[in-house]
Amino acid sequence: MAIGVKVLKRPEREASYVRATLKGMALTFRHMFEPKVTMQYPEEKSTRDERGTWTLSPRWRGTHRMLTDEQGRSKCVACGLCPQICPANCIKLVPGEDEEGNRYPLIYEIDEFRCIFCGYCQEVCPEEAIHVGQHYENSEYTRGRFVYDLERLSAQTHAVSTLWDPSDPRGE
Amino acid sequence: MNPELKGYMLLSVIKMLVVFTVVLVGVALLTLLERKVSAWMQNRRGPNRVGWGGLLQPAADGLKNILKEETFPAEANRLLFLLAPAMSFIPALMLSAVIPFAAPLRLDFDFTAGPLGRFVHHGLMPMVVADVPVGFLFVLAISSMGVYGIALAGWASNSKYSLLGGLRATAQMISYEVAMGMSLIPVLLLSGNVSFSSIILEQSRTLWFVLPLFLSFFIFLVSGFAETNRLPFDLPEAESELIAGYHSEYSAMKFSMFFIAEYANVVTVSAMVATLFFGGWDVPFTRADESGVWYWVILSHLMFFAKTFFWIFFIMWIRWTLPRFRYDQLMALGWKFLLPVALAYIMVISGAIYALEHLAGVTSPLTRAMALTVVSLVLGILVFRVLDRGVIVSGSQPRRQRLEPDLLRNPLGGRTDGVRVAS
Repeated sequence: MAIGVKVLKRPEREASYVRATLKGMALTFRHMFEPKVTMQYPEEKSTRDERGTWTLSPRWRGTHRMLTDEQGRSKCVACGLCPQICPANCIKLVPGEDEEGNRYPLIYEIDEFRCIFCGYCQEVCPEEAIHVGQHYENSEYTRGRFVYDLERLSAQTHAVSTLWDPSDPRGE
Repeated sequence: MNPELKGYMLLSVIKMLVVFTVVLVGVALLTLLERKVSAWMQNRRGPNRVGWGGLLQPAADGLKNILKEETFPAEANRLLFLLAPAMSFIPALMLSAVIPFAAPLRLDFDFTAGPLGRFVHHGLMPMVVADVPVGFLFVLAISSMGVYGIALAGWASNSKYSLLGGLRATAQMISYEVAMGMSLIPVLLLSGNVSFSSIILEQSRTLWFVLPLFLSFFIFLVSGFAETNRLPFDLPEAESELIAGYHSEYSAMKFSMFFIAEYANVVTVSAMVATLFFGGWDVPFTRADESGVWYWVILSHLMFFAKTFFWIFFIMWIRWTLPRFRYDQLMALGWKFLLPVALAYIMVISGAIYALEHLAGVTSPLTRAMALTVVSLVLGILVFRVLDRGVIVSGSQPRRQRLEPDLLRNPLGGRTDGVRVAS
């Protein structure tokens, strides 16, 4: 403090508490009549209007979905890459083989509680079978219901994640 | 028991039931209104899921609170812990008994109800549960009892944060109680009576007291905020510092009681502001509302409701506008600004009344009120010009008013002989 401290006189306009209060009250009062920005969630799940934009990104990584072929069988060939790469170790895969030598999963389970939704399983899958999906409403009544089996994974209908933006694959 | 007494008791019971039902339901709806107002001021919608536009939200909240688990902190003083919510809840509700909510109604009946006997009532019925002649003092006395509930809640919880909240509440409410009481003395000087009914009558006879006693009104309003522990003075429950202060250990219905007490206090303060400074149930520009005819009574009640409601809204409005004060600012505002101004104002007003009556020979109350309006206007402008320069909320002021560089460089003022300056 030994150096010369410049002491400014407080400008009255800014130092006035009453005036500032009245100004603030006028502001909050004006806001009461402005359009509301709330998105009425269960009824509307995305907005794109003057209130702003909120839509699910195509890169959103939510609960999984297993794609199926024309006969309704899962595309999975039980190669074992997804349980191998899964950092959370949440995929349980028991491979099986039919008479023609085609591999298929006997058990394919994903524990959605352990899953960290990294999307590696989708990235690594050579058959484009397992996907993370654009889905986020996952409530269940029991914890057990969060282990999705093959049947359930195949029955999901939500859109799958693109993992990256096709127009900007490197995220630049 | 004579028929007149029975008639009086019948009316009193009806008034009690009506007033307490209305206050409790109103308080419940205020919790909804608060959330709605806050939402609107932040461009949100607020609760709108339960009932029509969220109208049943308070019922859902109440149901939730009843079903929730009652918890007791370890080592808490059980008895006081249970007693504290009731002790803040009861005074808050008691206050609604003495505030007149409409003009007196002319009511004549004389009937016999079987074994109960004869009920008689003649003349004007005051529209207040208890038309006590000391209504005003009653409010001051009972409202300061609310602090016991809060202080005990803080102490009985056996938690540091609660205790700090309780201590703050005690200090704050006692400090502002003084300024509040002092700010109301000019009202008594003007009306010459402590009964609410005569204060209202005086206002309908002359001007609403907000004009001749503007500074009193201002001080009362600010103290009222502090008394109800509402923002910007909600230091006892400051979420960011004290995690809800005195009620941080409370759950379920016990917590709800504190909540209800707070809103009941808001209603009381609003009703007090409306009664003491805005003419209560007085319908402006007419005196027909004192005739006791039923439609004037209803109109006067609507006036009272509108005025009270405005001040309730005002309190919420302030809450969602101003940030919380710092604790030293709060104390400084109470003791160094509001109290001296209130005391000086008593002197000015009593001096002015004396001068008008004995020196200027003014006898008409209306002329007197108008003269005082001029005085208050001048004083108000003066006070706000002088004290609003960063003084109202200055908090702890530096000991040395002006920073003098020379003094800072050499704190001993050039006197260096025999004194070693610490380097």
